[in-house]
Amino acid sequence: MGFEPIKILYSLLSLFIIFNIGMLINGITRKIGARVGRRHGIRFYQPYIDLVKNYALRSNITHGIMFYLGPVFRLTGGIGVYLFVPAIYGSEYFGNFSFAGDLVLITYFIFFGTLGMALGAGEGGHPYSAIGISRGLAQVTAAEIPLVIAFLGAAIQYQSLSVTEMVALQQGGIQNWTLVTNPLLTAVALIAYLGTMMRSPFDIVLAPQEIPIGPPTEYHSTFLGVLQTNRAIFPMAKTVLFMNVFFGGATNWGVLILKVFLIYMWSVFVGVVFPRFRVDHSIRWFYKYALPLGLVALAATSLLIK
Amino acid sequence: MSSKDLEKRRVTGPDGEQFDVDPMQDYFCQERPKEHEPANKVWESFLNWARAESLWILGYGTGCGAIEMRPLMTPRFDAYRYGIQWRPTPRQSNVLVIGGYLSVKTLKRVIRSYEQMQGPKYVVALGSCTINGGMYWDSYNTINRLDKYLPVDIYITGCMPRPESLLAGFEALKKLIKEGKGEGQNLYARNFDEYKANQKKIIRDWDMPDYNW
Repeated sequence: MGFEPIKILYSLLSLFIIFNIGMLINGITRKIGARVGRRHGIRFYQPYIDLVKNYALRSNITHGIMFYLGPVFRLTGGIGVYLFVPAIYGSEYFGNFSFAGDLVLITYFIFFGTLGMALGAGEGGHPYSAIGISRGLAQVTAAEIPLVIAFLGAAIQYQSLSVTEMVALQQGGIQNWTLVTNPLLTAVALIAYLGTMMRSPFDIVLAPQEIPIGPPTEYHSTFLGVLQTNRAIFPMAKTVLFMNVFFGGATNWGVLILKVFLIYMWSVFVGVVFPRFRVDHSIRWFYKYALPLGLVALAATSLLIK
Repeated sequence: MSSKDLEKRRVTGPDGEQFDVDPMQDYFCQERPKEHEPANKVWESFLNWARAESLWILGYGTGCGAIEMRPLMTPRFDAYRYGIQWRPTPRQSNVLVIGGYLSVKTLKRVIRSYEQMQGPKYVVALGSCTINGGMYWDSYNTINRLDKYLPVDIYITGCMPRPESLLAGFEALKKLIKEGKGEGQNLYARNFDEYKANQKKIIRDWDMPDYNW
């Protein structure tokens, strides 16, 4: 496959579309949360206004170079995950930059933003940032283990580390999806998904009432704008990845939006129903339930393959 | 923190290393606040619309009026409908809501919080205490006129104002911002010396830097 400059334009377009899907889903999610609390809640386009406002603030202050780079790393993590996931299966132009073995790279990128943010927020110097970071890294690490186990299981099942090939093998109807062929593994993946989405019950990292918003305590104006942009892209990128590996991928934007919305709603509905875990609870929960379940699923997958 | 913590000193690190600490230089900004010119008219009016429709609030609730702020978050009044949201940190907020009377002690904290906010920023003063002292007008340790110490954009009168009047106040603030009149930050920067002089007259134990954003 040669290099085609037009692919860059299509990737940017793809990124733009996923950004807007993310922004709208963020708004709708807040709306759903409000409705559960019997409120009307924000307008569904409020995230756009907030974003414009934050980018348009007249003053900002910095705490050093890493403070600058933190949000940039975070956004790089989000965009990186998205650009290496084939968004639309079979599309010549919306397949992004996926290649053989990309699952390893994507798993790395998922963690990349968190680490960058940790360094950046650390330089902010606020004690609440430091508390938020230590909680965040501990929890993400705990959730990452079942996540990696789930991806590993999928890789074993499809005998490939390429997301595109995994999607290819799931084509032809719902009976070929990993969800149906390997429900246990999908269950583990969905549990890990909850842990990485920063939603209740796993949102102690941000905990606005306790440690004012955690790592981004010191972030404001443009910095916060970049983080908000990433809040739209990163969860969507992760959801698209899950859709590809466990839910049969998508062959056009309509299917993608529907599937992404439904998968995302899983974390939202769990979030509005269950209250927040403390960080020690959530880590223990992942090790106690998600990890053993993951190991069982992994063993089952290996047997299934034979 | 006492004023002694702000003095220059030599500190021994955990592994015996010695280094100098100058808190005023190391921990705080030494720059005066600057005035920020608005962008050109059309673009600025669009930005002002965005600023008005996305009011992020830092609630400063030491006065009794603050109790009227809580119901705004509940289903009954639900201020989120109007683009009003609460933020936990001054850095991310644009609107400082002063919930009633300010004592000498709390004024100090209000000033620090205000200066940490990034502009354009607005101050909403709630209740009659912020206008003329209200029922505490002759108290020995409360201030009477908030306007002397911080540039107030909107007063919401009442003792205390009902949540409905708070909502009306926020709507009035939105109107001000959209008209381009929400320039409290620039006012503060322009008359900085005057504001500081007023603040220092009240706060006798001034144990913080003059500029601390």
